[in-house]
Amino acid sequence: MVLLTLMAIVTIAVVRVRNLFAVVILSGIYSFLMASVLIVLDAVDVAMTEASVGAGIATVLMLGTLYLTKTTESVPTHTPLLPLFVAAVVGGLLLYGTIGLPPFGSADTPVHANVAPRYLDKSIEETGVPNVVTSVLASYRGFDTLGETTVIFTAGIGVLLLIGGRRRKSKAEAEAEAEASGEEA
Amino acid sequence: MEVLSGIVAHYNQWITVFLMVSGLYIVVARGNMVKKLVGLGLFQTSVYLLYISPGKILGGTAPILDPAYTTYSNPLPHVLILTAIVVGVATLALGLALVVRINEAYGTIEEDEIFDRDGAA
Amino acid sequence: MKSDLLLRIVTKLLVPFALVFALYVQFHGDYGPGGGFQAGVICAAGIILYAIIFGLPAAQRVVPTWVVHRMIPLGVLLYAGVGVVAMLRGGVYLNYSVLEHDPVQGQHLGILLVELGVLITVSGTMTSVFYAFTGRGR
Repeated sequence: MVLLTLMAIVTIAVVRVRNLFAVVILSGIYSFLMASVLIVLDAVDVAMTEASVGAGIATVLMLGTLYLTKTTESVPTHTPLLPLFVAAVVGGLLLYGTIGLPPFGSADTPVHANVAPRYLDKSIEETGVPNVVTSVLASYRGFDTLGETTVIFTAGIGVLLLIGGRRRKSKAEAEAEAEASGEEA
Repeated sequence: MEVLSGIVAHYNQWITVFLMVSGLYIVVARGNMVKKLVGLGLFQTSVYLLYISPGKILGGTAPILDPAYTTYSNPLPHVLILTAIVVGVATLALGLALVVRINEAYGTIEEDEIFDRDGAA
Repeated sequence: MKSDLLLRIVTKLLVPFALVFALYVQFHGDYGPGGGFQAGVICAAGIILYAIIFGLPAAQRVVPTWVVHRMIPLGVLLYAGVGVVAMLRGGVYLNYSVLEHDPVQGQHLGILLVELGVLITVSGTMTSVFYAFTGRGR
């Protein structure tokens, strides 16, 4: 519970802080807190993935982008009344929706009743793998993992198409360079 | 104490809604593109929390089968969210590549300045 | 100067451990938390750490750009290929039980190959994306 409160505080800081370098580091801290919360919720595979991906790769990529662009956010010019109102309405509707949810941690909710006990019972005798998450991911729901690997492949190809080639100078930059070398010579 | 146990039972869901709403606010209200992407990541993370909290059983353990334990938390949300995390970072990488290209084309990554430049040209 | 030296020595100690840990997480994903995705990201993080401290050209001598570019589709090909082999042996697509004489052994082999494919694609993609971002510098 304390972890969740810390996450809320970090989120408020991300909204308010304008120095983008600090925002990136705060999002790394947020990912680590999220990984700790996930361990408390017994999701160990997910916690390892969130810690390595959220606090590792995402932070490195955002720092790489900040190196290529600028590091401070400008002062916002519009008043945030309409976004605040929209956010409050959405929040109110979601809170209204959570009233009907069962209390945290109960074992007789419908989500535990249908397919999950079968996977937990039959995982060792059908696949021989004690880690149920791995056996579900790779064997019982293998198609989804194939789709996910294809998504990663597509994202990699997309980034290489956008940034991988040599950077062609825009006309303004080429003219500026021609002027500078013309003045020198 | 009734009120306190009621708050503890639903605290997860309130914090999830708060994180979701603040992520949405960052995406809508802030003009800087990198900050928008950070807000989108915040939103996605709150959805992971939304999916994994109902899977937890109090008194259960992680879903790795072992003769010493009988109750396990539900493994199905873990599988879905594992996929979602990796897809989220792939989307983030593509979004950041687009931000770099936009910066090279317009010279700025603030939404207002890009609209001005498009409107003037 | 002193802080640069400290970073380089610590990196030289950490990068081998990171790569071995990635292999450990990959192969023990059956018995503990882990699997292809986590292992791929940890392997990429080791290479990225080396590239950050020692510079991009040094990292590209160790892991050349064409290698990581070829790794991205290789993993997807391996994964889809396992499914096609299963079809050739008489089962439906991606049914690992027909890969070996014994269904449980077939599942073991299938899961191993599939996670290997995921490892190759994920580590290749993360490293190529990092190379692309840092190679675009001013």
